[in-house]
Amino acid sequence: MTTSPSERIRSASFRRATAALACTAALALTAAACTGSSNAGSSGNVGSSSAPVTITFWHGWSAPNELKAINTSIAAFEKANPNIKVKAVGNDTDDKVNQALRAGGANAPDVVSTFSTNNVGEYCSSHAFADLTPFMKADGLDPAKTFPKSMLDYTDYKGDQCALPELGDAYGLYYNTDMFKAAGIASPPKTLSEFDADAVKLTKASGGSYSQLGFMPNFHGYENQSEHLLGQWGPSYFTAAGKSNVAADPAFTQMLTWEQGLAKSLGGFTELEKYRNTFGDEFSAKNPFETGKVAMAMDGEWRVSMLKTDAPELHYATAPFPVPDALASTYGRGYQTGTIIGMNAKSSKQAAAWKFLKFMTTDTPMLVQFANAISNVPSTFASLQDPGLDHSPQFQTFLDIANNPNTNTTPATVNGGKYLTTIQNFEYDFEAGKVPNLANGLKGLDTTIDNDLAQAGQ
Amino acid sequence: MATVLGIGRGPRGSRSAVSLPVPPALRRKRRRELSTAVGFLSPWLIGFAVFFAYPLISTVYFSFTHYDGFNAPTFVGFKNYTYILTKNADFWQAARNTVWLVVVMVALRTVFGLGIGQLIVKIRSGAGFFRTAFYLPYLAPPVAATIGFAFLFNPGTGPVNHFLGELGLPQPGWFTSPTWSKPSLVLLTLWGIGDLMVIFMASLLDVPTEQYEAASLDGANSFQRWRYVTLPNITPIIMFAVVTGVIQTMQFYTQAIVAGQVASGVVGNSGQPFQPGYPSGSTWTLPQLVYNIGFQNFDYGSACVISIILFVVAMAFTALLMRRRAGLVGED
Repeated sequence: MTTSPSERIRSASFRRATAALACTAALALTAAACTGSSNAGSSGNVGSSSAPVTITFWHGWSAPNELKAINTSIAAFEKANPNIKVKAVGNDTDDKVNQALRAGGANAPDVVSTFSTNNVGEYCSSHAFADLTPFMKADGLDPAKTFPKSMLDYTDYKGDQCALPELGDAYGLYYNTDMFKAAGIASPPKTLSEFDADAVKLTKASGGSYSQLGFMPNFHGYENQSEHLLGQWGPSYFTAAGKSNVAADPAFTQMLTWEQGLAKSLGGFTELEKYRNTFGDEFSAKNPFETGKVAMAMDGEWRVSMLKTDAPELHYATAPFPVPDALASTYGRGYQTGTIIGMNAKSSKQAAAWKFLKFMTTDTPMLVQFANAISNVPSTFASLQDPGLDHSPQFQTFLDIANNPNTNTTPATVNGGKYLTTIQNFEYDFEAGKVPNLANGLKGLDTTIDNDLAQAGQ
Repeated sequence: MATVLGIGRGPRGSRSAVSLPVPPALRRKRRRELSTAVGFLSPWLIGFAVFFAYPLISTVYFSFTHYDGFNAPTFVGFKNYTYILTKNADFWQAARNTVWLVVVMVALRTVFGLGIGQLIVKIRSGAGFFRTAFYLPYLAPPVAATIGFAFLFNPGTGPVNHFLGELGLPQPGWFTSPTWSKPSLVLLTLWGIGDLMVIFMASLLDVPTEQYEAASLDGANSFQRWRYVTLPNITPIIMFAVVTGVIQTMQFYTQAIVAGQVASGVVGNSGQPFQPGYPSGSTWTLPQLVYNIGFQNFDYGSACVISIILFVVAMAFTALLMRRRAGLVGED
């Protein structure tokens, strides 16, 4: 068969166009292959946990003892629920969690735990986390009878219980008993004026710096975050109408002026910052309290287990962090936060996910072993009373702080912890001497926080 | 169907067009050629549509909505623009920092890159060694390089301040000082100047030698040779360095956020709140604010507003420079 020249040209042109389109299609398909696939789900996974199912659990633990503890908990769950397998992914961060929850898909987590309680308002209001109330009602789980109030407060936003506490963190005072003895201090301070005097006594200057510092007051001093320190005042961050209250509540002014005064009496902000920059990583054996660079530190209960591993020779004790002199009767209080756990609202395996979430938040033997293994405060009334819990004097301090009726937490807002970082940044400016008028500065802070909340839709 | 074919197109205003019917064979040929051309262009067209046009249009659309990434966006008019420009406490600080970095960093990178390139072109021995030595830092991953710099410049334990102290010189706070944090970031980017150095070296080697010979014969000294021969020849490259430098610096993110996080001591997943900009907001840049507002505060709408502002400013600056280009390179 012969073809005319025009047909040959047409045929050649067609082949070229086809080749070009084929190349394009191949490229497009290759690109599409990189984007993953959607979660197809499977029958039996929705509304029923009877069929075999694998759920994905993201958590933030990464240290060997933490991983061992969480894996022991997961193994206990799988043993009790042979139809449900848990694929655990550790060392997550809030940014990764946020992205995964938005993206969804087969690889997105079904259950998420995070160390930050700040995002609860965002997770609840955006419905990224499923409301757990229907699940709790169906199983007859009464949260008020199961979890301490302060822990429920940081897992709820406007009545939407989209997360539950999974172990808690309480903040208190760590002090080096050898240094106390050398300075002639017999007992831990209970009020801030006692604390300031002790901090000065425990400080030793050396060559323009320090050989030993009583306490690092600067807000970048690891756990010296505003909300941790403000816990000793028990402030009201918001009015009943939901407006920022930092200028009106004297707690903020008092805390800032106390911190500034202490910094001044220890050598000044600049000198302290210089010394702070010699500190090692907070979550390592180079932590300044562990290496003896500071005699006192505000820290969470987890430091007890870290000290056991990192600095077994260090002689130390724990106590509630001192309170303002005017609030001496509230001594024993502290700030409380904790790890939270929630369920991806887009998960197609919610029945199995809820079963796992419920186990991780309410199973007493699991909570006790987990709390003991990583030195965290357990998060249910039952586990707090359990005789198997570590009751060593150092750890008992934090259990007592958690049980103290004056212990408080920070409220959840629609834009998460934005108001806390705004307050924190203001404090950095204040301690650096960049806020000429504190009262006006706090008023401006109120406006900023209110503007941000209004923008977020509160 | 008759097709109009323009023939005899003359100067503007004196165009004479004659309509002639196009033969079907020619029409088919043109259609085939067009489809072939579109077929071969389609990878670029699809890429442009998917990775530029669609994101740009959606960014404009989302900037007028309240959108948290989980629920459907709702139209809010200019509310996000008002919030960012008049109520957000961080926007103007980030904008000032970004402008500072654009002015100082781009100018110094261009001058430094050109200076190093010129030196290496001139030296008679060891050019290979110096070329490699200056280029290697550019290959270091930005995160690793920034962490390394933060440790080297640690005011308490870093060797840099130790060395300065030994010499009796002042020991700045570097990444921990609001005054020194941006200059420290500039130092970091100057250390990784290898990319510009190579480009400038290539352009300097490309200057015709006969022009230098002619200038010498005319009695030009070395400065005059550089001013009247080298500079006009490499001006397009300087323009390229400035335009790409401005665009890159307006996207400055990684080094600033890593330096802030390392220097502040806040650990990634410890649950501690961290807002970029440490210390005292001095390293806030607009790209960090986009990420912070959009992905951490769940406010895509406001983040899109900042992205649009960045886009418009970058486009305006590039257009301005391109308009000035003719004058700079000596063209009509």
